[in-house]
Amino acid sequence: MTAEEASTNGARDAARVDFVIVADMVEPGSRVLDVGCGNGALLALLAQNRGVDARGIELSQRGVNEAVSRGLSVVQGDADTDLSYYPDNSFDYVILSQTLQATLHPKEVLQDMLRIGKHAIVSFPNFGHWRIRGQILFKGRMPVTENLNYSWFDTPNIHFCTIQDFVDLTQKVGVTIERAAALDRYGQPMMVKSPWWLWNLFGEQAVFMLSRG
Amino acid sequence: MVEIEKRSSAQAEADAPHSQVVQFGADAPLELDSGGLLAPLVLAYQTYGTLNAARSNAVLICHALTGDQHVANVNPITGKPGWWENMVGPGRPIDTQHYFVICSNVIGGCMGSTGPASTNPETGKAYGLDLPVLTIADMVRAQARLIDHLGIETLFCVAGGSMGGMQVLQWAASYPARVFSAMPIATAPRHSSQNIAFHEVGRQAVMADPDWRGGRYLDKDVAPTKGLAVARMAAHITYLSDEALHRKFGRELQNRQERTFSFDADFQIENYLRYQGASFVDRFDANSYLYVTRACDYFDLAADYGGSLASAFKGTKTRFCVVSFSTDWLYPTSASRAIVHALNAAGASVSFVEIASDKGHDAFLLDEPDFMGTTRGFLRAAARARGLKGVGE
Repeated sequence: MTAEEASTNGARDAARVDFVIVADMVEPGSRVLDVGCGNGALLALLAQNRGVDARGIELSQRGVNEAVSRGLSVVQGDADTDLSYYPDNSFDYVILSQTLQATLHPKEVLQDMLRIGKHAIVSFPNFGHWRIRGQILFKGRMPVTENLNYSWFDTPNIHFCTIQDFVDLTQKVGVTIERAAALDRYGQPMMVKSPWWLWNLFGEQAVFMLSRG
Repeated sequence: MVEIEKRSSAQAEADAPHSQVVQFGADAPLELDSGGLLAPLVLAYQTYGTLNAARSNAVLICHALTGDQHVANVNPITGKPGWWENMVGPGRPIDTQHYFVICSNVIGGCMGSTGPASTNPETGKAYGLDLPVLTIADMVRAQARLIDHLGIETLFCVAGGSMGGMQVLQWAASYPARVFSAMPIATAPRHSSQNIAFHEVGRQAVMADPDWRGGRYLDKDVAPTKGLAVARMAAHITYLSDEALHRKFGRELQNRQERTFSFDADFQIENYLRYQGASFVDRFDANSYLYVTRACDYFDLAADYGGSLASAFKGTKTRFCVVSFSTDWLYPTSASRAIVHALNAAGASVSFVEIASDKGHDAFLLDEPDFMGTTRGFLRAAARARGLKGVGE
């Protein structure tokens, strides 16, 4: 699988379970920009169930074609370079679903998201999960899991982080965590009141809703 | 002798086209960007499909530089199929079972709308260079007259490629409330220096032909066919990609085994270009070529809005779908991206697809499945938003 195919299918399909959680965070009728929207599955869900004004950016031609063919407003573009063309406060939510780890400059992307949108919703695979830690610790190899099914030399994911790393980043750039959720390996939400370290160890994926300051 | 008969029939097409015609008299002159007035104004147009009772399903197609209004019917001059029959027709992406499709010949053209080959009522002779120089905005202003005449307030979609795409952008900027959706295809928000340069080569070729006669050739029953053919040959190269040309012709020789050590068309590509040039002059008026290329050269949408392309689309409610083709070097993807960035900055609803194709600029006229699928999907979604019944169900 090429990186391009992966960004439309692999990463997103494996992560579809987080769509519902992301969708729950979005107010009906709001303006939403999905950065790295793949074939538009999440946008279509949001448009249908939440009545949002749904827009997207996607790198792969196949993803864009599919999204536009299903009637979504999606432009071919790159999270690292094209967010700068959007004006301040032009969206209620800017979503980055399973894409943060594939960006060149995650910090700048996050800052741009919160410039463009009132809220940012970020979901990502947690590199602190015990199975991933275990693969490095016991096998001495770069982790390959069901949800991150790439060899180190052809992965589109170049900036992995753990849940704890991401929380640190939000503090560093001075943004507020409004809501957070962690999903276990079956895609089920974990206990809400768990401390970060527990999520960091047992959460396979995390979803954060952020706002400025 | 055959040449002259054909040319006469082309000139006849300018005054009495095989199309519906609407004429606006001296009481309603068209105001031009040059400051001049154009009257009478004649527009020749074709329609396909049926306008619905709500008058909400009209699609205006804007044709390219040397295109015409015969989008989806046999061309009366060439006898060939319409230039966009793979896109427009029953069951096609621009489905004439659902949409009422309109295409008019641009002013400055030679297929029945007022142009340099049309008869100037003041002199009884062809306008020639007495016709004021026209712009893309002038073409669009004239089309708006036709849309008024047809009793249509808001167009469901305005779509077009190349120079047609410039008209689409101009429509969206000049009449935002009248354009529900827009498809600028394989186009640019302004003509680049390189674009102008190629056009200038073409115009100089026409004007260097002794039979051009200072633009008065129609009075003398001659035509600058050699110059116009060279103009077309040069332009045709810009419509194709290096890969496409090389795949089609390579260095193959034309009906011969060896080089002839002469200036005959040894290579197939030479023969092909000569054919393209020769067949073009049978259907196109040389002065028209000067006018339409000039209109493109003057196109710079941002310049009309204080230098900011985003300002041209400020507050627009139009749904846009911008399409480029990966090997188009005439109006490259970067030009489409500039449009997209401006639309994003204006907060517009915009889709953008770069279609992978090795066929260069001409790809927008060809049966590219991804392009067809994108167009169909975009229009269906727009139709749902517009409340058009029966589309895509």
